[in-house]
Amino acid sequence: MSKAVVDLPPKGGFSFDLCRRNEMLISKGVHPPSFRKTGTTIVGLVFKDGVILGADTRATEGPIVCDKNCEKIHYIAPNIYCCGAGTAADTEAVTDMVSSQLQLHRYHTGRESRVITALTLLKSHLFSYQGYVSAALVLGGVDITGPHLHTIYPHGSTDTLPFATMGSGSLAAMAVFESKFREGLTREEGIELVCEAICSGIFNDLGSGSNVDVCVITKGHKEYLRNHQMPNPRTYVSSKGYTFPKGLTEVLTTKITPLKEKVEVIEGNDAMEE
Amino acid sequence: MSIFEYNGSALIAMVGKNCFAIASDRRLGVQLQTIATDFQRIYKIHDKLYIGLSGLATDAQTLYQRLFFRHKLYQLREERDMKPETFANLVSAILYEKRFGPYFCQPVIAGLGDDDKPFICTMDSIGAKELAKDFVVAGTASESLYGACESMYKPDMEPEELFETVSQALLSSMDRDCLSGWGGHVFVITPTEVIERTLKGRMD
Repeated sequence: MSKAVVDLPPKGGFSFDLCRRNEMLISKGVHPPSFRKTGTTIVGLVFKDGVILGADTRATEGPIVCDKNCEKIHYIAPNIYCCGAGTAADTEAVTDMVSSQLQLHRYHTGRESRVITALTLLKSHLFSYQGYVSAALVLGGVDITGPHLHTIYPHGSTDTLPFATMGSGSLAAMAVFESKFREGLTREEGIELVCEAICSGIFNDLGSGSNVDVCVITKGHKEYLRNHQMPNPRTYVSSKGYTFPKGLTEVLTTKITPLKEKVEVIEGNDAMEE
Repeated sequence: MSIFEYNGSALIAMVGKNCFAIASDRRLGVQLQTIATDFQRIYKIHDKLYIGLSGLATDAQTLYQRLFFRHKLYQLREERDMKPETFANLVSAILYEKRFGPYFCQPVIAGLGDDDKPFICTMDSIGAKELAKDFVVAGTASESLYGACESMYKPDMEPEELFETVSQALLSSMDRDCLSGWGGHVFVITPTEVIERTLKGRMD
């Protein structure tokens, strides 16, 4: 009897059925594709009233910049945010997954999520994949026990720190932090220091660039400052731009399909029932 | 040789004023030999949602069949079409599921969402979404396409002007890539109509 191949809805988790074919291709000398990485500079610091997270906005695919303004500060919970470096798909998927798990946990317990909960969920997932899920994260938030800042490495190890940097630009950013950080910074000083650290990464590291995103989390309140600083505006704009006259491109065939308007039918009383 | 260079492709999607355009080349090759000059890379999911798939042609066709199947199931259950944002999440999830043995495809998704607001997005082969407000590109000609679009793009173009811009960007980039070309296929979608045109390009 022939086996029917039915596309059943997946039960969740990874599926490995194309691995054999892909390994065969690699053995034949075909190079596997490069995945989108977020070269990145991501930073976090603890200030007087909470936590400030910062990130650059460049996404690279090999040496090419594929996104000049991507978002690297991911939402985990209303009081917890996470910056991600490494393979873009991994950081997005792992933060989305933990965010959903925390939402279910909040419904279950009826309490605000704690940063340590997010930390444990993330580190156990990353450890179980032994570093193959390539996500390096800076997790920060303020919960009932106070402000917290953690770093999570792709193999699952974590650190709890007053200031942290990750990504290819981490050395540039850490240099700024090590010279200028002190305990008890005010909000304005904290944001300025974070911006300076990210800018140091943007200008000195080739894998980071474009704009600075900042997220300030305090007790009961969060502020996501998207594109807080834009130190790299586009200057090579032609004032007239390219104008192509109509009919310039040679067309072989044209097919125009009008779209039918979808009409909503509201069911009234059934006429037959009178 | 990279797996993406086996078949060759060029894909571009661009946003205009209440409309969008999605365009592709038409060549199907086996490394340096051309075996078809009318290969379809852009597929319709529903009236206002199109997906273009670049990369390995066999994975593109399999992926399209899976996605079309999932959308038809969604239509049966929800009794409506999928929004482009939802569809992009679906594609991302299907690609990420195969994280350690991926499909060698890079999708370009373009659609009109609520209030006919244009939506475009692209992903790498494991589902990392890149939402853009202006244009997205994919394929072997992607580096030239990035350059051409950066200089030719203008915000809020009308459908006629958008068609000309997308076509010129596509044709000029295909000229600089050996593995894509042999004409172009351009779809311009507005809230009231879909205009599908084939372009005359260099056949080399």
